[in-house]
Parts: sequence; structure tokens; C-alpha cells
Amino acid sequence: MADIRNNFIGIKSPNPFWLASAPPTDKAYNVERAFKAGWGGVVWKTLGEEGPPVVNVNGPRYGAIWGADRRLLGLNNIELITDRDLQTNLREMKQVKMNWPDRALIASIMVPCVEESWKAILPLVEETGADGIELNFGCPHGMSERGMGAAVGQVPEYIEMVVRWCKQYTRMPVITKLTPNVTDVRKPARAAKAGGTDAVSLINTVNSITSVNLDTFSPEPSIDGKGSHGGYCGPAVKPMALHMVAEIARDGETRGLPISGIGGVTTWRDAAEFMALGAGNVQVCTAAMTYGFKIVQEMIAGLENWMDEKGHRSLDDIVGRATPNVTDWQYLNLNYIAKAHIDQEACIKCGRCHIACEDTSHQAITSMVDGARHFEVMEDECVGCNLCVNVCPVEGCITMVPLEVGVLDQRTGKPVSPNYANWTTHPNNPMAKVAAE
Amino acid sequence: MATGHFKDGIADNRLAPETYADNFSDLHPPLDHHEALVEADRCYFCYDAPCMTACPTSIDIPMFIRQIATGNPLGSAKTIFDQNILGGMCARVCPTETLCEEACVREAAEGKPVQIGRLQRYATDVAMEEEKQFYKRAALTGKRVAVIGAGPAGLAAAHRLARHGHDVIIFEAKPKSGGLNEYGIAAYKSTDDFAQAEVDYVTAIGGIDIRNDMALGRDVQLSDLVQSYDAVFLGMGLGGINALKADGEDAKGVENAVEFISVLRQTGDLAKLPIGRRVVVIGGGMTAIDAGVQSKLLGAEDVTICYRRGKEDMNASGFEQDLAAANGVTIRHWLQPKRVISHNGKVTAIELEYTAMKDGKLAGTGELLTLPADQVFKAIGQTLVPAALNGSSASVELENGRIKVDAEGRTSMAKVWAGGDCIRGGEDLTVTSVAQGRDAAESIHRAFTSNGRA
Repeated sequence: MADIRNNFIGIKSPNPFWLASAPPTDKAYNVERAFKAGWGGVVWKTLGEEGPPVVNVNGPRYGAIWGADRRLLGLNNIELITDRDLQTNLREMKQVKMNWPDRALIASIMVPCVEESWKAILPLVEETGADGIELNFGCPHGMSERGMGAAVGQVPEYIEMVVRWCKQYTRMPVITKLTPNVTDVRKPARAAKAGGTDAVSLINTVNSITSVNLDTFSPEPSIDGKGSHGGYCGPAVKPMALHMVAEIARDGETRGLPISGIGGVTTWRDAAEFMALGAGNVQVCTAAMTYGFKIVQEMIAGLENWMDEKGHRSLDDIVGRATPNVTDWQYLNLNYIAKAHIDQEACIKCGRCHIACEDTSHQAITSMVDGARHFEVMEDECVGCNLCVNVCPVEGCITMVPLEVGVLDQRTGKPVSPNYANWTTHPNNPMAKVAAE
Repeated sequence: MATGHFKDGIADNRLAPETYADNFSDLHPPLDHHEALVEADRCYFCYDAPCMTACPTSIDIPMFIRQIATGNPLGSAKTIFDQNILGGMCARVCPTETLCEEACVREAAEGKPVQIGRLQRYATDVAMEEEKQFYKRAALTGKRVAVIGAGPAGLAAAHRLARHGHDVIIFEAKPKSGGLNEYGIAAYKSTDDFAQAEVDYVTAIGGIDIRNDMALGRDVQLSDLVQSYDAVFLGMGLGGINALKADGEDAKGVENAVEFISVLRQTGDLAKLPIGRRVVVIGGGMTAIDAGVQSKLLGAEDVTICYRRGKEDMNASGFEQDLAAANGVTIRHWLQPKRVISHNGKVTAIELEYTAMKDGKLAGTGELLTLPADQVFKAIGQTLVPAALNGSSASVELENGRIKVDAEGRTSMAKVWAGGDCIRGGEDLTVTSVAQGRDAAESIHRAFTSNGRA
């Protein structure tokens, strides 16, 4: 049986599934329910400094986009950090940690970018018995207008400075949460590392407007006819999050820096993908907000089952396994040739592969053969682009089959080379490095 | 004395009064907004969609479903009406399980096609409830076309002709328009007087003058119409009924299924419509099912449909056969009528002979079966009454008892087109009749314009 116990920068939890700092972790009631359902840890909803609590809008806080059957694909929010009194949160955190000593409890913090503020709050948090802190440098709306959240996360120098303060004023491990609203996520990650962070977590939410009300011409979510950009999350952001995790995992300066992966984790498979790209664990929010806390049970069982099937004994066996396979385009093997293949037994003859290929790609799929509706790949035209696979509604019906070495590629009329060859040495590349004579 | 189901002979009020409305309510209730969106999301927007190919009127089904899904039901309705102005009725009565929904790729994938018929009804209902008219007549041409029959073929032809700016005069034999939509379909397929609402919707374009109680051969003659109109479209359907060819079929209680259905459709209070305690229906098509099921719904205790061939030979679709079974109607195969047994001139039983295929031909085996019956419905097909076409100097050529037409719907007679059930090759489907009426109208329009006369 696979062992999915998680040790993330010394913080132990029975599984690698944490709830991200967000509405589901705003108070003891929710967190207790989450732990009962089986979540390995929670990052408590972001605490602000002592004083009058933050206020939220009193209209809609969330907007969304949906796929077929109104499956929620992306969620956006304009909620701020916790709007409850700091002392109430601290009291509840302490009690919950006492009730659930085996679960991870992390405090997310966002206070003004001045040393005194951080110095003041850290001992209060430490007193709760929390296992660590997460610095919220990602929240893209509202708080960022006040010089906090993403406003800090977008300036590497500020990140490094605040992380340094935190490392100075607390013994608790520090996780630095990064915003994706930057052009190169490696820069803030490097800054966090330079400041001494124990880990980074990413991604926070993406600046977004989910839709526009075409009756009122107000962006959604609409507050009295006006809208403000919110933070976007959910399945739709997962590919961007995976990319950013991988970039940090393979960057020369940050390689080895522990990463808590966040962004659209909905199933065990998503979690396994984040971990394979280098995340030591994952944080989840939108999936729980869509389906409730019970989904963690599917994640646990699915991850265990997959690890058992593949013979992975612990999370260490999978974390970072895909990282070395992330490379630059210029190093991809141009001698690798694949062709689409349509399983005629599985084909339901919707024709989407044909029209996608015909209208928008390489005219490599038939629609009619001998007068009958029939969809088949023409190998002499197929460039192996994979579009047909992606538009086919039947999973596994169309597959990409690599050509064996020596087999004739009917499109080019040349046999498949056994050698790896990439752009750096390609004759069409004016910058090509001349291969040894 | 026995009451209700058990009253002997043919009697009314077999059921509790409140039961009738339930029994004859909508067979496929309309999808509500949420249901329509969920169902529309299932469409894959196929390339050269098989559903569209399977539709006799070639409605762009993926497009109209996508328009529902994107919150544009009026646009969806227009997509439907562009091809089929009777899309509302077709949504209700089409045997979708043998047309678009059979071809749906999700039928192949999961055995659960997209419910195209119900989505079509959703969109057309929205447009018709809003009385949204999508078409304006072209500049008037001064051409006048006589149309025989205000059924699906005639209405479709009339609408298309009116759109092109021609004036249409429809001669309809019955007091109400709609043809089989009004008189011939099971009541639970066309509730709330939909056939009349649809006639109003179609004729709202203008330029269509319907004259009811005007029958061809009786009140108007083809030879006169050809003289006084620029073109004639024949869409009068089939007025005759096949005989049982069984002894004693003139006994009281032996009736035509189409007549029974017609009376039922025109009956306000169905409790007052008498029905036999034991009913036998002879036939294997949609009409047999419609008659059998409605007999049961009127309170007949025992209803049996007898068909002379096997299940797979029945014209009624699998869905219709299941509908009959679900309503407690028994379908028996390989039985042909032999003799109607009567007492005091009233039917009491029917004697049937078992059949089998012998040397590729259907033949009686000599073995007999007697089923008690208070009422026997004949549903063994309808025929064209050619007498109505007489009166013209040059006669319209027939083939296999129906009017012979070419691919455009032209008959052998100049200026005369035909479509719907009365033509050779008619499939006896509303949707096919609509396609033929529409296409004949286009042909007429081309004839008007090709030599520069219009």
C-alpha cells in the first residue's frame, strides 16, 4: 500500500492535500468539517493586522465561466482577506490545532509592507501553535490597491525584504505565496529564496473579468453596475499553474526549493501532475468550493491507487519525476514523428476531427470513403499535430502513434532517423551550431 | 349492471371523468428552460451531421441546438423554420427515433441520442408563443396558385409560395385546416389545439386564402383550376380506406381507424366518446398504434392489434410499439382477418387466420383464432381516390395508385404539381410531406421566373 504521508519543509500531514487560504478556511467551523472529511492540512484564510477588520462588498463576490452541462471551469472572486477580528481567528486556530494535532495548520498573513507590522503579528501567530506561515503576496484585488498582496509579489525586492523579516522574527517555517500576474515567475521565486524562504506556493489567482452583463454592460460580478477585476482560479488556470511550478522547479537558481502547488487541482490526477512537476504537496480551493469537502476522499483514494498500480511507495518517489522532462522548445527531438490513428471501432462518426483538420489544419482526415461516411487519417498529409485527438469527444478513439525508426514517413518520403536532432543543429537554423565534421 | 371498463358492447363514460385529461395529456411534455440547456449541451455539433442528413427537410440541427445553448431560441426557431415551416408539429409527431435521433452519433456512442425533437419543440414554442414572424413576402408577382388540401404538404407549399410573392388559394375539403395534423394524429401528440395554432402561424405571412369545405371533384374541378390559376399544387392526401377483405365487415362496430381518430380529435368531452369493451385493431402502422392506444385510454378493457406479418415488418416504429405495450395494448403478429362474426348485425368477434412466409410469400396456414370484439378498427392503409382528379380533360397520371411526380413534384399534367401522401413515393410522414410541398413550391417559383414572366 502506497504511503501518502506528507512531510513538507518539516510540516507533517497524513496526506498531501491541503486546503488553500480562502473562504473554506475562514473559521473553525469550516476547518473542523474539512479535517473530518479527511484533508491533510489547511492554510487558514489570510490574517490582517490588529485593528478594525477588513470589510467586504455586500453584493456578489464571485464570477464564473462554465463548460458543457454548466460544469464550473473557472471561478473569480473579489473577496478580501478575512473580515473577522484577528483575535477571534487566532483563538480558533489554536483550538483547532489542539483538536487536530496530526493535521497541518498554516497561517496565511498579509500586513502592510513595514517591518513593525510583521514583527508585531508573528509572535501572535506563533502562539497559536500553527505549523508555519504563508506570506500572501498574491491576492490581486483590493488589498493590492493598498500596497499589499500582489503589489508586494510583483516587486522581487519587496518579497526578499519581507521574507527576510519573517525569517528574522519567527522560528516558524515560511512559505512565500506567489502571484502569477507577472511576466516571469522565476524572478519573485528567486527573490523569495534570496530572502531565505523555506518554500514557495503558487499560483495565487489571476487578474480577470469573467464576463460582461449584456443588458447592463457591467462587468461580472457586478456591484451596483460596476465591476472590478478579480482573482481567477479553478480548472481553467491549471495549465498556467503547472507551467509556473515547472519553471521554478527547473530554474538553476531555485532548483530544489520546496513548492506547494496550487491552481485548479480538482482530482487526484491533477495533484499527481503538480507533484510530478516538482510540487511537494498541493493546495485546493475551487474544487472544494464547487463540490464540498468530500472530494478529498476521491483524491486520497485515487492517488493511492495510482501509486500502487505503478509501484510508487511514497510521495518522494513521484515528486519532481517529470521536472527533467520539461525543456526548451529548441531541444525537442525533430526526428520524432507521430501520426494520428483513428480507432474505427470506437469512432462515433461525429466528424469533428475531419472538419477541424480540414478547415483549420492540414487536410489530413477523410470524411467519405467509397461513398460512406468514414474518418481516416491520411498519413501522407498528417503532421501529427494532435488537434484531432483534442477535439474528439471519445477518449482514446484517436491516438498519436510514433513511427518506428526506419519506417517511411509518407508525408516527407524519408525514413525515420534513429538519431536525436533538435533545432540547435538544424540546417534551417541560421544560428545552428555546426556539427563536428 | 356492469360499469366503466366492464360495460359490454360499445359505451361511453368508461372511466372516471377526471381520468380523460390525464390520459390524453402531452406524450412528450415540453422541455423547460433548464432541461433544454442541459440537453442542448449534449450536442457535439457534428460535421455534416448525420441527424441533418436523416431529416427529410434537412434542418440544420447542430446549428439550431447551438443557438438554444447560446441563449438564442428565436434564432434557433428561424434555423428550423427556414427548412420546415411546420417545425412545431414535426417536433411533436416526427418518429425521431427512426430519423434524426436514430442517426445521432450519441445513439452510436451511448444509446442515448440528443433529444432533437424536444429541443426543436422548445425553440419553435418560444417563437410561436411570441408570435414572431421571420419572413416577409417578396414583392407581389400577381401569380395565383391553387393548392388542394390544407395539410402539411399544402401548407408548406403555400407558405413558400407566399414568401416568393405569389398569392395562394387553398381548397380544403374539411371544415378545419391542418389535414392529418388536425384530424389524423393521436390526441396526445398534438395537445392544446396546436394544429390550429400552427395553421394560424403559417398563414400569418399573408397572401394565403384558405377556403374550407371545398373538395376537389365536388366543389372545384382540376380542369377549371388549371384554366384560372397559374399553377396548381395537389396535396389532398389519401381519402380512401383499404378494405379488410374479410367476410361480414359491414357489421356494426367495424370502423375505419382514421375515422375513429378523426372523430376523437374533434370531440370536446372524451368521456362522451363511446368505445368497445374489447377492441381489435387490424394493421401494423402508426394509425393502428394510434387507434389501439387511444382505445385503451378511452377505457377499453382489452385492446389487441393484429398484424399479418412479423414485428420487424411493422411500419410503426419500435418506440410506437413500446408505447402501445406500455399502455396495455397487446400486439399480435402473423394473424390476418378472415371473418367478422356478428350477432343482430353487431360485431361480437373476429376470426383470424395464422400466417407464415411460404416460398417468399405471405400465406394463411389454415389455422384459425377467434378473438371476441365489440369493435374492430381497420388500419390497413389508405388509398388515393382518383375520382377526385376526374373532370380534367387531360388526366393526371398515376403509378401504383398514387400520383406520379418527377423529382421536383411535377405531375404529368402541365401547370400541376403534387406532394404529400397522395404522390407515389410518399412516406406517409408529416415531415416528408412538408419537404415535398416546400420543394414543389420552389419548382413552381422557378417555372414562373425562368422564362421571364414574373
